[in-house]
Amino acid sequence: MTNLLTRRRFLASGALGAGALALGGCDALEQNADVDAVLRSAETLTMGVQRLLLRNGTLAREFTPADISPTFRINGTQAPDSEEYAALRDGGFAGWKLKVDGLVNRPLELSLADIKKLPSRSQITRHDCVEGWSAIGKWTGVPLGLVLQTAGLKPNARFVVFYCADELEKTFDGSGRYYESIDMVDAFHPQTILAYAMNDADLTVGHGAPLRLRVERQLGYKHAKYVMRIQVVDSFSSLWGGRGGYWEDRGYQWYAGI
Amino acid sequence: MNTVMRHPHATSPGRAVLVQRHSIVVRLAHWLNVLCLGFLLLSGLQIFNAYPRLHWGQYGADADHAFLEIGASAGNPQPQGYVKVGNFSFPTTGVLGLSRVDGQSTPRAFPSWLTLPSYQDLAAGRRWHFFFAWLFVFNGLVYLAYGLLGGHFRRDLAPDRNELEPRHLWREVVDHIRLRFPSGEEARRYNTLQKLTYIVVIAVLLPMMLLTGLTMSPGMDAAFPFLLDVFGGRQSARSLHFISASLLVLFLIVHVAMVILSGPWNNMRSMITGRYAIRQKEPDA
Repeated sequence: MTNLLTRRRFLASGALGAGALALGGCDALEQNADVDAVLRSAETLTMGVQRLLLRNGTLAREFTPADISPTFRINGTQAPDSEEYAALRDGGFAGWKLKVDGLVNRPLELSLADIKKLPSRSQITRHDCVEGWSAIGKWTGVPLGLVLQTAGLKPNARFVVFYCADELEKTFDGSGRYYESIDMVDAFHPQTILAYAMNDADLTVGHGAPLRLRVERQLGYKHAKYVMRIQVVDSFSSLWGGRGGYWEDRGYQWYAGI
Repeated sequence: MNTVMRHPHATSPGRAVLVQRHSIVVRLAHWLNVLCLGFLLLSGLQIFNAYPRLHWGQYGADADHAFLEIGASAGNPQPQGYVKVGNFSFPTTGVLGLSRVDGQSTPRAFPSWLTLPSYQDLAAGRRWHFFFAWLFVFNGLVYLAYGLLGGHFRRDLAPDRNELEPRHLWREVVDHIRLRFPSGEEARRYNTLQKLTYIVVIAVLLPMMLLTGLTMSPGMDAAFPFLLDVFGGRQSARSLHFISASLLVLFLIVHVAMVILSGPWNNMRSMITGRYAIRQKEPDA
């Protein structure tokens, strides 16, 4: 009996020790670059499989007006705090212009009125935050593909980068400014729109006035708010952290379909 | 499966023989699953901590009703950790809602010793989670193929008719409560409660984890919109993911307890080397 108890005690303490070692070790593993590269390989696999499943341009589910969330949580920036943005907002964004440049044949500068004159699309979709919550809202805007077609893409165009008015971190090099990027598969998806209205009203400052991106088959952080400039590029590796977005530079997946 | 080896230290009253109990595929799948589910659970709790509330339906955020919430309230004189289920709130200071991080009382749904990484880092938690989710899927596919084609399910897991008779089941329940475990020839096979439990885990809980996990993915929802109908929405799926994970933890506790109570060395050996010792009656001289 004593023997059994010692064995049990030995087993239990061994298991506890291994557990503690595993947990302590995991934090160390987490900071190891090779381990990180292995873990990130899952992102490539996820993107590959989802792109295969969604190869026909499959749409995200669209809901009915009855499904709309009574309160749509405002996330990230509540209001950009630059004087430049404040001035634009006070002028009802009459002085705001969206720049479209980079690898395009005809760089554009579009006012909000110009954009509202273009053909529009409305969709009631679910917004999924990477944290886990969801909200359903109605978005109205111009399909991004239409804007890109108007500008005309150069042959080496691969990604679309969105530069935003909000700065989440104050830094000297501007790396705290919000930006995002998507590839041409998502850029030309019919539900990818530059939205200027939410729930049939002009976009509020909290939700990204005057213009925000909707990329319905990806998580919320891809849906850049306060879009000021769209740049078409062949690579985003030279931009700040090199991973294609504010949150991507801070460890989040570039492909946010999961 | 029928190989019988003489145990070198066989003693009376019964002769101990080693029988081949678990095949190599089952053993590998088992330990890979231990690894995957361990990492998935700890990184899953890290992900949960980013938004420690559960909703039912298509949408759900701060302003919407949550049926479960883990949080910290500005108590008097000190903040208090709590778990709220429906209208009931339970104080959980020290473990859930509010726990110590580097000696500091910190608002945190699950404590740092239960999350991967131990500090708050949703992005890292997601990287670990999705890596081991893929490994779990590959492991599960190999196991399923082996179970179906190799006859493991039919031979080892499917209960036969008389095992399912209420009287038999009742006797097994009573035996389990009295901690009387099968011995001799009976110990060659899983008992019926074991079979039924493993079937629930393999056919219900683990597929549930995978499918509710996929339903949280906006990409997968576009590819397979029926997932949203099956589970009643992304927020319901997230809640079911959490509930299924809790049931798996419950299974784990009972499973490990049974392993220890019914002979830890014999059980561990059988899951590592495949060989399990049973006592056989000496044949009459």
